[in-house]
Amino acid sequence: MFARAVWLILRKDLTVEFRSGEIAYTTLFFAVSCILMFAFALVREGKAPEDGAAGLLWIAIAFAGTLALGRTFERERQSETLRALLMAPTARPAVYVGKLLGIVALLVCVEVLLVPLVAVLFDARRLLAHPFWLLGILAGGTIGFAAVGTLFAAMLIRARTRDVLLPVLLYPVIVPVMIAGVRGTATLLQPEFDGAVAMFWLALLGTFDVVFVTLALWTFEAVMTD
Amino acid sequence: MTSRGEPADFDSVVVSDVSRHFGRRRAVSHVTFAARGGSILGLLGPNGAGKSTMLAMLATLLRPTSGVIRFDSMDAHADGGSLRARIGILGHDLFLYPELTAHENLAFFAGLYGREDPDRAAARGLEHAGLAERAHEPVNSFSRGMRQRVALERALIHAPRLALLDEPFTGLDDPSAAALVGRLRMLRDSGGIVIVATHDLEIAEGLFDEAVFLREGRVVTTLGRPEQLRATYRDVMGRR
Repeated sequence: MFARAVWLILRKDLTVEFRSGEIAYTTLFFAVSCILMFAFALVREGKAPEDGAAGLLWIAIAFAGTLALGRTFERERQSETLRALLMAPTARPAVYVGKLLGIVALLVCVEVLLVPLVAVLFDARRLLAHPFWLLGILAGGTIGFAAVGTLFAAMLIRARTRDVLLPVLLYPVIVPVMIAGVRGTATLLQPEFDGAVAMFWLALLGTFDVVFVTLALWTFEAVMTD
Repeated sequence: MTSRGEPADFDSVVVSDVSRHFGRRRAVSHVTFAARGGSILGLLGPNGAGKSTMLAMLATLLRPTSGVIRFDSMDAHADGGSLRARIGILGHDLFLYPELTAHENLAFFAGLYGREDPDRAAARGLEHAGLAERAHEPVNSFSRGMRQRVALERALIHAPRLALLDEPFTGLDDPSAAALVGRLRMLRDSGGIVIVATHDLEIAEGLFDEAVFLREGRVVTTLGRPEQLRATYRDVMGRR
């Protein structure tokens, strides 16, 4: 029943998004604009700041993700459908996992566009030289970000100042994930790739993911009651 | 206690001395009443009387600040998971996804409630709502009355034991309101407990078997004889 509920919620979110395109278009547009502005500001005569691509990639992902988180839950608030989800006899963490996977899917779409764009504009083609490492680091960072973000966005759904509060609460908590994501991605940009260092950051991201997802699953029921 | 997801069965709902505060504001204060199977109970009162808060507590979505709500011997808080499988709620908001079609909305909720064949359950619901021919149109293209009918079927998709309806007649034309009254009577005749919160006596008159009058979060009077409804309602609404 848990897996079925997760699948139903994920499929519903993707169907709604496919029909409206609202979140995908706004996050993609925002993320691409962000990278373009950084490129205009920082790339001089074709030379980009060393390792800058890693940081800029994760800034764009975090900002675009925050936008997506807010809108995803705003949608559930507008028709009070979150109440209907919580009324269902399914385990409430299934609602959390379904929403989390929806956010991750959206962010994956953003990253598919962002990574090549960053690689080209910031002369960071080495990013693509180790695709499996890159996939691992992006997946680890995205899941960690979305795990905390989904919980906070759900918590703040009734708060009047939720748009302001979400980044204020979210960013301090995800600092470790962002640092590990940036350092892991920067490892891929080095002329001499060091697998051990990349593995360290990847393992750290994996640890954060396990901790954050476990804590969120544990607290979601209590957070959503009342 | 029953385990989560295993539907709990019950024949009565007893609200005992229930209060609910939001900060310093007292939305519901020391409310006591009971509803039994095979009856329609009306929660009547002006706006802000505490009707919606009371329904949210009956739906196990809100915990009372004090007092107890019991479904037979089960507790609303301790057995919330399994009780929710047998409670259907139609709120002031319709709990529908506007981008999805009427069929997709009903099939989604039928799936969440563990119906074996969600598509069939959705099709049956749309037949009840008289909207079978518009099943595959998005809900945002429907009129308010049509959406209300879909929302009612969403609330009843899992054949609940307790149906909670908050102002269900809002936006309905006369034929739709009559159809809703017929649907609620059907539920009652099948042994279900129906609780309807409304301030609209015109439509509700003749529907209720019992009525509880609320004002400023308190029970003003409880009525077991529906023929006295109008006079009592006028009296309660006229009080300062």
